[in-house]
Amino acid sequence: MRPIPEDDLEPLAIGAWILGAGGGGSPYHGYLNVRQLYRAGHRVQLMDPASLDDDDLVAVVSNMGAPLVGQERLSDPAVAARPVRMMQEYLGRPFRAVMSLEIGGGNAIQPLLVAAVVDLPVVDADCMGRAFPEAQMTSFAIGELPMFPLTLADVRDNEVIVARAASWPWMERISRRVCVAVGSIAATCKAPRTGREVKAWGILHSVTRAVGIGRAVLTARVRREDPIGAVVAHTGGKRLFAGKIVDVDRRTTEGFLRGRARIAGIDEDRGRDLVLEFQNEFAVGWLDGRAAVMTPEIICVMDTVAGEAIGTETLRYGQRVTVVALPCAPILTTPKGLSLVGPRAFGYDLDFSSVFARTAA
Amino acid sequence: MRRIGIDVGGTNTDAVLIEDSRVTAAVKVPTTADVSGGIVRALAELVISVGSPGSIDAVMIGTTHFTNAVVERRDLAPVAAVRIGLPASASLPPFCDWPDDLAALARGAVYMLEGGHEYDGRPIVAFDRTGMRRAAADIRARGLRTIAVTAVFSPLTDECERAAADILREVWPDADVTRSHDLGRIGLLERENATLLNASLIDLARRTTRAFTAALAASGIQAPLYLTQNDGTVMRADVAEAFPVFSFASGPTNSMRGAAFLSGLRDAMVVDVGGTTADIGRLVRGFPAEANASVRVGGVRTLFRMPDLLSIGLGGGSIVDAAAGTIGPKSVGHRIAEEALVFGGNRLTATDVAVAAGSADIGDRGRVATLDAALVAACRARIHSMLETNIDRMKIDAAPVPLVPVGGAAFLVPDALPGISEVVVVPHRAVANAIGAAIAQVSGDVDQIFSGCGREAAIERATALARERAVGAGADPAALTIIDVDDLPLAYLPGDARRVRVRVVGDTRPTASQRPAQPPRESSE
Repeated sequence: MRPIPEDDLEPLAIGAWILGAGGGGSPYHGYLNVRQLYRAGHRVQLMDPASLDDDDLVAVVSNMGAPLVGQERLSDPAVAARPVRMMQEYLGRPFRAVMSLEIGGGNAIQPLLVAAVVDLPVVDADCMGRAFPEAQMTSFAIGELPMFPLTLADVRDNEVIVARAASWPWMERISRRVCVAVGSIAATCKAPRTGREVKAWGILHSVTRAVGIGRAVLTARVRREDPIGAVVAHTGGKRLFAGKIVDVDRRTTEGFLRGRARIAGIDEDRGRDLVLEFQNEFAVGWLDGRAAVMTPEIICVMDTVAGEAIGTETLRYGQRVTVVALPCAPILTTPKGLSLVGPRAFGYDLDFSSVFARTAA
Repeated sequence: MRRIGIDVGGTNTDAVLIEDSRVTAAVKVPTTADVSGGIVRALAELVISVGSPGSIDAVMIGTTHFTNAVVERRDLAPVAAVRIGLPASASLPPFCDWPDDLAALARGAVYMLEGGHEYDGRPIVAFDRTGMRRAAADIRARGLRTIAVTAVFSPLTDECERAAADILREVWPDADVTRSHDLGRIGLLERENATLLNASLIDLARRTTRAFTAALAASGIQAPLYLTQNDGTVMRADVAEAFPVFSFASGPTNSMRGAAFLSGLRDAMVVDVGGTTADIGRLVRGFPAEANASVRVGGVRTLFRMPDLLSIGLGGGSIVDAAAGTIGPKSVGHRIAEEALVFGGNRLTATDVAVAAGSADIGDRGRVATLDAALVAACRARIHSMLETNIDRMKIDAAPVPLVPVGGAAFLVPDALPGISEVVVVPHRAVANAIGAAIAQVSGDVDQIFSGCGREAAIERATALARERAVGAGADPAALTIIDVDDLPLAYLPGDARRVRVRVVGDTRPTASQRPAQPPRESSE
């Protein structure tokens, strides 16, 4: 257990945004919130998963909803903490710690907000290793752990407990309906996990990984080196394509932001064309019509010059971008993993093929 | 077509007369503290150089006045910030991500009220009109004359902001009200920040544009007055008065557009060397490359689209510290005419170094004749290395590209630089930003909801309408460029409804008798 220093907050936000694969919502508002909490004297402890007792209870928290909505309805520590308190009351048992559902995007910060309000440590782990659009797309679902109960609160006085659900898709379906009803944004506490479950099925040390990626970017900027190169080198990732966005088509359906962006190649990629399809996060990249990169590997679009990650909701006509792929947690590419987070789980008739296994196209 | 372009910079006020795409007169005078004095003098000199003002079609002024006010923390009015959206977004109130010193100046009072909308058009909760009336009375009691109103999801539904503005005008008729949906898009904090900045600058904007108008009248010029915006287009002075933030960063845009016009180059690096700073940017197809990321103005995060610039502390007035071997970032600024050696002062500046080295002929060369040759050489080497390093940082290709130096101190740029294929010396380069203002384009904007026709058809219809409006505003139909297409689905309306925004810009139509001898501009996108 060690305190998360204030100096780690900005790298965490930067690294989480990159791991968000274009989704998860910008961590900026979460970062502003936690910075305010730190300025008010709060400090958050980071706990190594190994120091959890098998019977400890861990709260898995997330801010659920469409990233676009999160740009107007900003995250709020008081609201973030409510589902955790609801869950403790419902279970009649206290939590030992909180952890993030997804390290990608704003939900990397969510447990820090909760932790500061309820005075618990944050476990250095999550259950996606990136961001995904649906609740069953987790390593805990891959481990076939129970997915209920779930608590949910909105900014008004609405609080919902999903006591049981028949399956992960049912839990997703029911909680998503509630989320859409309250404005496509809600604070949630997912099914509580034991220390044993976290150690066996969590994606461990992902907070530390995100901070490391953010540090690599900041260091490159200070040294006036290429931040995209730093991310690729730090993560063992791959630079895929450089170009200019020529079209973005978005639609909001059932609380998801779906759509595609077409990128026309420049420099070495001149004459080629990359189409990125997304459902909150980038799911598949089609290079000249051929699926070149796909979920669950992390597709990240970065500003070619500034090196900042660009989200699916802020993609804009005319932007000059570099598309990179980062490796995902190994558990996601197991057969059971792919059935939940591989291309078929997003409706693509594609067999998963790693962008890292192939030689350069 | 005769147009006057004026650039009011921190150091100099430049004015040019452009007749049918040719620069026929150009003058440079020092900027005065009251701003308008410099304009009057520049216009007087311009008129002298052409004999008589004749008929002028338009006067376009570009100014960094409002940006500088924010950056330098001056002339800012305290703002009453009204946020409508509770119980949402409560923990991050207005000004929450502002630098402390700026917030201390601009934060008059903060009111957070229930209301705002969901993404699908439903209210979050009912708008608290009673609370709004109470807040309006309090704002009036505190004597706060400028108010920024921001409601959650107002770019989709402006209902709450309109209702709030109505109540404010009724309770406090003397106050200025800036509504966020007039300024920005989705992104609550960034849109609110722009609204707060606008509200804080609105009184300065009114005084400044009226001084501009008075200066024009005093010079005997009768022509419509426009102010340039950061996207290279112009807005009428009466509109600019209400929306000073739209002029942010118009200076760099103007100088880069001026560099493109003067050089005929569409893809090049540009360095604008002024009195205090050198701004380095890239021209892409005749327009400044834009920064992707959210842009900070005086440390405040906004969503304005701005040229991607690197600003370094090197200008004609940069002070040379011979002992330390450094140049800048301190500058004598507009006092160069008194303080530089060549003007009889006793400060060694970058300009003095250039004169001593023979690369500029300004002031009294005799006064720098005795400078140590080794010092002059060391200073030039330092200037060249500052330019080389920073221009290289802004290049996106390794291949050599041309560089167009502009600005009053463009003479600081050497004839050759590593990584640069050619340093392109153009006439009138000292007044490139005034030229950029004079050639500023007109735009046609569409921002409306289309339904029942699918995305492609909606965008096509919006684009056609925007083109029509640009041509109606005086643009050449053969030279229109779509600079912005943005669409947002509106899930709460039936029939695949979406809000489509399209902006089309174009050069003004040349007079029928005389087409300019300019390379044809193909539509860039």
